[in-house]
Amino acid sequence: MLIKLSGGTVYDPAAGIAGQQQDIYIGNGRIINPPADAKPDKEYDLKGKVVMSGAIDMHTHIGGGKGNIARTLLPEDHRQDPVASTHICRSGCGHAMPSTFVTGYRYAEMGYTAGFEPALLPINARQAHMEMGDIPILDKGGYVMLGSDDYLLRMLTAKKDQKAINDYVAWTIQSAKAIGIKVVNPGGINAFKFNQRKLDLDEQNSHYGVSPREILQVLATAVKEIGVSHPLHVHGCNLGVPGNMQTTLDTIQGIGGLPMHLTHIQFHSYGTEGDFKFSSGAAQIAEAVNKNKNITIDVGQILFGQTVTASGDSMRQHANHKHASPNKWVTMDIECDAGCGVVPFKYKDQNFVNALQWAIGLETFLLVDDPWRIFLTTDHPNGAPFTCYPHLIRLLMDKSFRNDMLATIHPEAQKMTTLASIDREYSLQEIAIMTRAGAAKLIGLKDRGGLSAGNWADITVYTDNPNREQMFEKPDYVFKDGELVVVDGKVVATKWGTTHTVKPDFDPSVEKGLKEYFDRYLTMKLGNFKISDEEITEDGRGSITVHPLKG
Amino acid sequence: MTEITEVPSPFCGIGTDDLSIQVDGVSLKVTANGCAVNTPLFEHAITDTRPRVDGKEASLEAAVAKAADLLKGTKLPVIGGCATDVNGMRGLLALADRCGAVVDNMNFVGARNNFLALQDSGWMNTTLAEVKNRCDLLLVVGTDLEAFAPRFFERYLWTEAMFLEDTSQRQVIYLGKAPSGVASTSPNGTKAHVLECATVDLPEVMAVLRALVKKQPIRAESVAGIAVADLQAIADQLKAAKYGVVTWAAGALAYSQAELTVQMLSEMVKDLNDQNVRCSGLPLAGKEGDQTANQVCGWTTGYPARTRFSRGYPEYDPFLNDTRELLASGEADTLVWVQAFNPVSVPPVTDLPTIVVGRSGMTFTKEPDVFIPVGTPGIDHAGHAYRMDNVVAIRLKKLRDSGLPSTADVLNAIERQCRLG
Repeated sequence: MLIKLSGGTVYDPAAGIAGQQQDIYIGNGRIINPPADAKPDKEYDLKGKVVMSGAIDMHTHIGGGKGNIARTLLPEDHRQDPVASTHICRSGCGHAMPSTFVTGYRYAEMGYTAGFEPALLPINARQAHMEMGDIPILDKGGYVMLGSDDYLLRMLTAKKDQKAINDYVAWTIQSAKAIGIKVVNPGGINAFKFNQRKLDLDEQNSHYGVSPREILQVLATAVKEIGVSHPLHVHGCNLGVPGNMQTTLDTIQGIGGLPMHLTHIQFHSYGTEGDFKFSSGAAQIAEAVNKNKNITIDVGQILFGQTVTASGDSMRQHANHKHASPNKWVTMDIECDAGCGVVPFKYKDQNFVNALQWAIGLETFLLVDDPWRIFLTTDHPNGAPFTCYPHLIRLLMDKSFRNDMLATIHPEAQKMTTLASIDREYSLQEIAIMTRAGAAKLIGLKDRGGLSAGNWADITVYTDNPNREQMFEKPDYVFKDGELVVVDGKVVATKWGTTHTVKPDFDPSVEKGLKEYFDRYLTMKLGNFKISDEEITEDGRGSITVHPLKG
Repeated sequence: MTEITEVPSPFCGIGTDDLSIQVDGVSLKVTANGCAVNTPLFEHAITDTRPRVDGKEASLEAAVAKAADLLKGTKLPVIGGCATDVNGMRGLLALADRCGAVVDNMNFVGARNNFLALQDSGWMNTTLAEVKNRCDLLLVVGTDLEAFAPRFFERYLWTEAMFLEDTSQRQVIYLGKAPSGVASTSPNGTKAHVLECATVDLPEVMAVLRALVKKQPIRAESVAGIAVADLQAIADQLKAAKYGVVTWAAGALAYSQAELTVQMLSEMVKDLNDQNVRCSGLPLAGKEGDQTANQVCGWTTGYPARTRFSRGYPEYDPFLNDTRELLASGEADTLVWVQAFNPVSVPPVTDLPTIVVGRSGMTFTKEPDVFIPVGTPGIDHAGHAYRMDNVVAIRLKKLRDSGLPSTADVLNAIERQCRLG
């Protein structure tokens, strides 16, 4: 079937196109060059409409055990947002941590066509893929977590060389069917099991004598050397601790120019000034990001209301449990591999700290110059549910709206932020970079995130509207792999997306040491640990896409 | 005849995956690392290979059509059992969504003790590899652990550990029920320390233990026959441990409002962690797909596997959506029983139309309207099942070619029929 999208105003930063009127042709699920003579089977008149590729959420907790713990923990939240089945869609629940089917529908209804789970525990990767296997429409993928696993820490204590670590990292990516590597509170989750309650960048794990700085170094080096496009994805030390801005600046310096992605940086940008000993470090962080071109960030914006925080950082989540609202929470130590912590949060605009967190996130967005190196996230569901994105986009694109909102938050927080003095408003092109072209480039997705011929036809069409929240919450059309899945912000058809992966090479002898370790210490055989392709594809609806490595 | 090694078990809940199984046609023999729970369930012979409708052999298509007929026009079908693998649960939930059914896992009355505590206050838990490598003190509450999982001690306690020099020094304490055998006796001959009391007295005993952990004064000298001084000794041991673990089987706490006991011990674990001590809970479960049912229902609906779809969207109620209650009250109008693991676990007897999607070899006191024998995940087809600690899904292997359809095959076919018709 040949589809023609006629006369839309196209924002395609991947091809350097910023608001030009263009026709787009779709054939066999992909965007194609204008065919010489063929008559389209279907034509959409998009004059006056805004056309972008499908949005990509590069950091969203949509698969894996901690999300399911969060769901189980909060029946009262689901009851506020029941979702009935239709002749097209499955039933489920929404709000803070939606059910898998509803996750797919609601992302698609906002024009998103892909989401990446940032915290695939190696031992829990199977579950993450099964959950994501029940998310319709979206493509998905995951970054597998290392850095608190005993195997890596033993290697570091034993002074194994970088080559051995590279093999282990590449083997883990392949075993877990991942597309990147993440580290969460490097070594800290492990240290918590030895009853350490905090771990600074240069503090040693009491058992292994290894510091977070060393872990970041070897992992960032490994990711680069094995050719994985996505830089090491880092949830740093000291999440949420006043004064952690310095830790973050030291982390940036300490990585010595290696590619590194600092995630939900808002939670790591706090100073200790002012009467409440809590202040914004956004300006200093933004300056460091602007200066260091090897660094990319996503913000992890908080927005006010009830949500739930679900993190691999058991150490910091335990420390924060006193803020749980409602007062119930879970932490877990997991399989000599990692951990997790689930703490419900209600961010309040009249709470000084929450109000300033809100402002810090927005300052960060507005003070980082290069939209190719900053990404729009709420760290769903930790800062806010992903369904808040249209509201967040309006805050970024509309200064007067932003200042109206600013005027309503805790007065002391208003005094502690420079937000009112920042004039910047994001353009549509910059939004398209952050949520499309930049994200695809950062993750290393081939043929996604762009609208030139050869790309898969993941396309979102909006009606231009000065109220950017209304514009972005209800696209006119969304196409996924060339199929029309959303009309006027409602799902009209569903399909299954693919699972994006990379397959870096490793020396097969790496399994010798691993097999001995599994047999002696773990509770599963090595052969039963590795995820096979069939596990994702055997039910007939999943597929695996392997992306190229960096040369 | 072939032998398959490193076979994972979906039956015991503790994720044993080192079994060796000899396959001769369709008969299986466990040749290494069997146990009283796993071996009979692996070796159970296939007897039924054909579906039955009204007691007469029928084709799969006819049985599926009949099942769909029975479900059409029902007001409140109940899908009980829910003992199958991940794909089976996916099919089950799709069918329930389609026909507005109640989904109720057969072990939920026990699991409810955990869910109510979890959903009210949460917990701090751990998993089996952490137990194996770190646990220096295991407190077993109200549960005969070796009867629950015969190989628990062999695999996770009396074995090599990364962070303990001599694992035979690990301390084991039983509170409530005494162990039925000697699996908990250390290889160095040290027997578990047992403080016995009646199971129904555990709420009182746990309350005193938690109070002692919190340094609250206790005036009584004994509680339910246990000296408070002995409980004080346990509190002291928990505080002295490097990595204490408190374990229980929710189903073994078979008394009213046992969720308060689970909450008491979970809060005690939190109290210890707030006193700069590491300690974790370890709920025992994972039998016959119960964790699998709750996990898949969890991500599909937001709720555990006692959820109804009768109003078009999922509604969770840990009490009202109980299969037996719904049968007894007359609210249910059809029963679907899904049990791919255990041929002995048959549906409750009812006059309602009954569809059984079950393991081959079930014997019924009352023949169901439709019986479709299905393959067992991990024997007749590959699949996934969760072990007790919930984080780890094990990849189940196909061991033989029996020709039996999977639960997912059957339930998806019924769902398709319901959709078309």
